Amino acid sequence: MAMNRVVITGMGAVSPFGGTVADLLSGLYEGRSAVSYYDALRQVQGLRSLVASRVQGIDPKQIARKHRRSMSKMSVYATLAASEAMQQAGIDETMCASGGLGVAVGSTVGSTEVTEAFFEDYFTDHSLERMKSTLFFQMMNHTCASNIAQTFNIAGRLLAPSAACATGSQAIGYGYEMIAQGHQQIMLCGGADELHPLTCATFDVMHAASTAYNDRAELTPRPFAADRDGMVCGEGSGIVVLESLDSALQRGAKILGEVIGFATVSDPGSIANPDARVMALCIRQALESAGIDAAQVDYVNAHATATQQGDIAESQAIAEVFEPSVAVSSLKGHLGHTMAASGALETIATIDMLNQGKLVPTLHLDHVDNDCAELNYIKQLSDVDLSVALKNNFALGGVNTSLVLRRYNHD
Amino acid sequence: MTEQEIITTVNTALAEEFELDLDEMTPDVSLYEDLGLDSLDTVDMVIVLEGAFNFKIREEADVKEIRTLGDIHAFVAKKLAAES
Repeated sequence: MAMNRVVITGMGAVSPFGGTVADLLSGLYEGRSAVSYYDALRQVQGLRSLVASRVQGIDPKQIARKHRRSMSKMSVYATLAASEAMQQAGIDETMCASGGLGVAVGSTVGSTEVTEAFFEDYFTDHSLERMKSTLFFQMMNHTCASNIAQTFNIAGRLLAPSAACATGSQAIGYGYEMIAQGHQQIMLCGGADELHPLTCATFDVMHAASTAYNDRAELTPRPFAADRDGMVCGEGSGIVVLESLDSALQRGAKILGEVIGFATVSDPGSIANPDARVMALCIRQALESAGIDAAQVDYVNAHATATQQGDIAESQAIAEVFEPSVAVSSLKGHLGHTMAASGALETIATIDMLNQGKLVPTLHLDHVDNDCAELNYIKQLSDVDLSVALKNNFALGGVNTSLVLRRYNHD
Repeated sequence: MTEQEIITTVNTALAEEFELDLDEMTPDVSLYEDLGLDSLDTVDMVIVLEGAFNFKIREEADVKEIRTLGDIHAFVAKKLAAES
């Protein structure tokens, strides 16, 4: 069966840099940090990591109350990002209602903030009398996908992949496969998460969160760096419009880039610890899916969150598959780790880098850790002729994901 | 509580919950056709009124008959009078 080519025709971002893709890109290209000290984290006793990258300055009331009433912050982020992406792609109401347009948008969990507020009240007298009708819709795991579909009257497939830090890229991958196989013409794909102190606590408990930079928040996290001390939790949403090439050409949509390969594999060796061998397997499968050799990849946008084990394992996996000349950088130094949004936000940035011929360096990478493999770590904004990029995301729970992205050449 | 106090309390509570314009909240407006509320909002309206007046009305049959803002004002006045 002939597979459809899958292109990107719209991108939307709500990130710690602001409410648009332009905000995201300017933050990255200007080499800024979106990380700051966050006093609310002190409410969690014993939490050592007091830094975060938060979304600020967006207006949820852009969304009508009828739709917003079932949304927590993450669905607001996802809906605003979807709106931006759909506007760029020129998606209209008829297309949304056609059944040929679907949604694949996930989050790590439903809203922790809403869940906490409900149980704080519930435990006072175990009464359901104060339980609002829209509570469940904010707590359910497919809250972002459902709220997007309801807001825009989308009648196609609806799914909410949940794979923690790999959610965004996995959603893009599943959307890519559905369009390639002809099940849908267009998919809104991506991820979203909202910051909650317990998210930071989750990583701190596992000694994976940055703790030594609370008084200099803008200097952490430090992916691949010798003096990194862990990841920084963030929030936001990235949404891309994936579309069959035929559909995009037929309606004259501007094509921003192409998804040419995808792989996701389970790492049953550990629910928490990364394994370079399984990461490399995932990368190889993605390249095989794309039908290209490792030598054809110009750039690897790494997952690299600045944890001790994760960065070393990923560097080893990249070194196992690619020549040392392949360019590598991580965007976590700028953005922190936006969790389920990260794969999608980083895909959006990578697509723009392919089009601009510019590579965003890893922020704070003064001295590469000697335990990381020798690679071409990008340390400053670079002008490079780019065609193909690999986008990695690796998640707690043993989920590895790699996307292969290509600049669209109007061929 | 006076009739005007009841009206003010009801309107303020509903305006806050459902983001309504107080100036448009006249007694004759329909909750559904004019204010755009639906069945989910009705569930929450009961919770909001119970919180505002510290009474229980969820199981009362008359709640289902409410159509206009004036119906709410009358319902609340009757309920408060019965309890006093």
